[in-house]
Amino acid sequence: MNEQPLFKDGVVGDRMNRVDGRLKVTGAAQYSAEYQLPGLVHGFLVGSTIAKGRIKSIDTKAAERAPGVLAVITHVNSIKVPGFANRSQPDEPPTAGQPLRVFHDEKILFNDQPIAIVVADTLERARYAAGLVKTQYEADQHATNFNAHMDRAKVPAQAKKNPKSPQADHDRGQVDGYKTAPVKLEMEYVIPTEMHNPMELQSIIAHWEAPDKLTVYDKVQAVKGTQRAFAKDWGIPEQNVKVIATFVGGAFGNGLHNWPHETAAIIAAKTVNRPVKLVLTREQMFTMVGYRPYTWQRIGIGATPDGKLVGITHEATGQTSTYEDFTESTVQQTRMMYQSPNISTRYRILPLDISTPIWMRGPGEATGAFALESAMDELAHALNLDPMEFRLRNYTDTDPDNGKPWSTKYLKECYQMGAERIGWKNRQMQPGTNKQGDWLVGYGMGVGTFGANRGSAKAGARMLANGTVVLQSATTDIGPGTGTVMVQLAADALGMPPEKVRFELGNSLFPDAPSQGGSATVNTVGSAVVAACAALKEKLYQLAGSTFSAAKPADIVIKGTQLSLANNASAKVAYADLIKQNNGQEVAVVTESKPGNERQKYSMYSFSVHFVEVHVHQLTGEVRVKKMVACADAGTIVNHKTAGNQMLGGAVGGIGMALTEGAMIDDRFGRYVTKDLADYHVPVHADAPAIEVAFVDKPDLIVDPMGTKGIGEIAIIGAAPAIANAVFNATGKRIRELPITPDKLI
Amino acid sequence: MADSTPDSKPENPECGHNATRRQFLKQSSVLTALAFTPGPVVQAAAAEWDEKIAAPFEKVGLKLAVNGKNYKLSVEPRVTLLDLLREQLHLTGTKKGCDYGQCGACTVHVDGKRVNSCLALAVMQDGREITTIEGLAKGDDLHPMQEAFIKHDGFQCGYCTPGQIMSAVACIREGKADSEGEIREFMSGNICRCGAYPNIVAAIQEVKTGGQKV
Repeated sequence: MNEQPLFKDGVVGDRMNRVDGRLKVTGAAQYSAEYQLPGLVHGFLVGSTIAKGRIKSIDTKAAERAPGVLAVITHVNSIKVPGFANRSQPDEPPTAGQPLRVFHDEKILFNDQPIAIVVADTLERARYAAGLVKTQYEADQHATNFNAHMDRAKVPAQAKKNPKSPQADHDRGQVDGYKTAPVKLEMEYVIPTEMHNPMELQSIIAHWEAPDKLTVYDKVQAVKGTQRAFAKDWGIPEQNVKVIATFVGGAFGNGLHNWPHETAAIIAAKTVNRPVKLVLTREQMFTMVGYRPYTWQRIGIGATPDGKLVGITHEATGQTSTYEDFTESTVQQTRMMYQSPNISTRYRILPLDISTPIWMRGPGEATGAFALESAMDELAHALNLDPMEFRLRNYTDTDPDNGKPWSTKYLKECYQMGAERIGWKNRQMQPGTNKQGDWLVGYGMGVGTFGANRGSAKAGARMLANGTVVLQSATTDIGPGTGTVMVQLAADALGMPPEKVRFELGNSLFPDAPSQGGSATVNTVGSAVVAACAALKEKLYQLAGSTFSAAKPADIVIKGTQLSLANNASAKVAYADLIKQNNGQEVAVVTESKPGNERQKYSMYSFSVHFVEVHVHQLTGEVRVKKMVACADAGTIVNHKTAGNQMLGGAVGGIGMALTEGAMIDDRFGRYVTKDLADYHVPVHADAPAIEVAFVDKPDLIVDPMGTKGIGEIAIIGAAPAIANAVFNATGKRIRELPITPDKLI
Repeated sequence: MADSTPDSKPENPECGHNATRRQFLKQSSVLTALAFTPGPVVQAAAAEWDEKIAAPFEKVGLKLAVNGKNYKLSVEPRVTLLDLLREQLHLTGTKKGCDYGQCGACTVHVDGKRVNSCLALAVMQDGREITTIEGLAKGDDLHPMQEAFIKHDGFQCGYCTPGQIMSAVACIREGKADSEGEIREFMSGNICRCGAYPNIVAAIQEVKTGGQKV
């Protein structure tokens, strides 16, 4: 392990403005639905109006005759997708099971399942004609009510196969050991279905450039994964599928799965032999894509009277669809967050007649943290202990789940920074006793953690004749500022000003990189970028021959189109000469970067704490978050401006999770009644208080050479329970089912 | 032969609106004149001329200025200002987030006033001046609000940003930016799912206190 971070005296850590900021504030940034292609036509989807059963007949005649309509495609007349016939799994399954095969057969698996696509010359004509498609069904009895079907919960397939799977039943010490504790509590917690609802609607333009050559402008978080999936579906070589996602208008996990509408557009484009644009409606964003699953949890927790944990049992059941086993790490952090001799975890999934969920920011950890961190607060109250003190008494300096040391863990520093900034000393131990006029004042905290899961990635670096270095990697930027921080990392790795470095992403033709998800982009792709910069210097060094032979590649200084040495400015060479040496080609490299065996030796996690002050109106039950402090141990902070912004966003997401968000199904029809942003309440400006962000900003050089860990998930994990705990402190009312709406408080 | 005349085409009863529209058009003006000559009628049906001839009647003339550029257009009455901008004029800086006026991503200025362009029919904007995000900067010089959004990082994914900026400019113009609380209230029609709200408020406050003309 290196003692020093890789970069000193460079731009890493600076509050640099985003490299794509100008494009975003002028409307020039192009999102998936915004590409102009000759002959482009519009698609509009028709969804089923039953949740389970079969299509008996589908009458498309009127739609076909409507003005401007080019095609109406259903399971009756659809081109057969070659990969559908024998596919049981995509190449890189986000879930186990059989993803919905759109227009493949007459089966209906959820309400508003796409059953037809109308293609017309204008959007208005496609949408109008879609309303003319008439369908008759044979409906089966559907099951969409979670509580009514709890008996159908099952062990996920992969956990059955592999007892070491993180989803498998797990016991440390005594099973349900908490029951032996002198002070013990048992509680149930519920989070409703939550919708990602990124501001950009799911959009795709599908364009068959040749019968075996497909280009899609698609709103995805994985351009390479999407490329592989569509290549397999259509039985064409991977390089024949080009996936473009240069700008992604928010995703939060929603783009980690390929959804039926994408293939619907691709089928339509092949049918009419023209590029087809398909944009989901906001209502379809509730039904045709994934969401955070409704999850029931039970915690049993016990401690000694002096506040030492004796045991925690954490059970969780999350909903999934009938055709895919969606799983997430809901009970993981219970195994590693606190020192406790006895831990039992049980994780189940409950298949219902709804579409498949997908990871939503913080995913299972955020769900699990609501239960665990609420339970810690409840037990602290029962023990008459300050909840931060209770957590400190059970702090652990090694990972209790596997006995390994942490790569780094600065959670205590987070506690201190946060407690000071929120004014934790003003918190009253007795709930309901801090009043300001009609308002009750409360303070709460919640801890979050997420694995620093560096993966493998490739990056390319090319030095242009004008001295600019262009880096490429097939990652995406859904908003965190990936392009900006990669420029900062490359600038420092090359010793060049950031203005002379460019980073390109969101194109499947670029060197391979994983999806943007799981807070792993900077540690994964950043490592590849840094490696590519080193490889570029190595190649320049070799081409320079004897001029630089007394020095090392890292000593090369690039100034404009001149190369020299850091410690010997007289040794110099013009880049133009190196290009000549390189057979007239600009110098370019592609490098792969992989994690080593550090995972065998260390446990690697980011940590966060959210502190909040809430005011609850005594008469109306209105909850106002007055102040939030978000503290994170996320390793090296490459850009405090963009990283701070991510923390703000997670905190705002936590406010939504805690106070406003919940999708509701009318079980009579198995269909969501919350179907737009007036029914489903995401936080608005007026909901967001002053939020302070504090980073420990100490490198973790075990995770990667830059010392980064990850931010996106820990920005939200722990935020919702912090608010729920503050509401309890304010009112004495413990709300265990989110969201905490006023009706639950009055 | 009789079967192929336009009027004897079997109509789907479920296709009421469409049928009525066509029947009406066929019984009027040009098509009525054509109907007196059996030959052309047959040809018209085969080539779907009724469709082609009907088109001009379905569209409405529209003159408007967008970002200082004059347009003379012919649009269907059901086309929203948002879809006109994005799909026909290819000004995609104005964003579609909900189509219900709930998210604010489509905010533009019409004669200087903020409007949710998804709730405004294009044909109702005849003679008006539209300003979109593409028209806010003066050449290469960004509008002070655009500069402030970059400086304060008032966005992440950037999708709601054009709408936020158009509303932010209106917020100051309408005198509703005197305090953080007032700004938050005024701006609550513009959703940012990335949650960059505090930075957006900071950007607006800086422009407001900077006293530059917006």
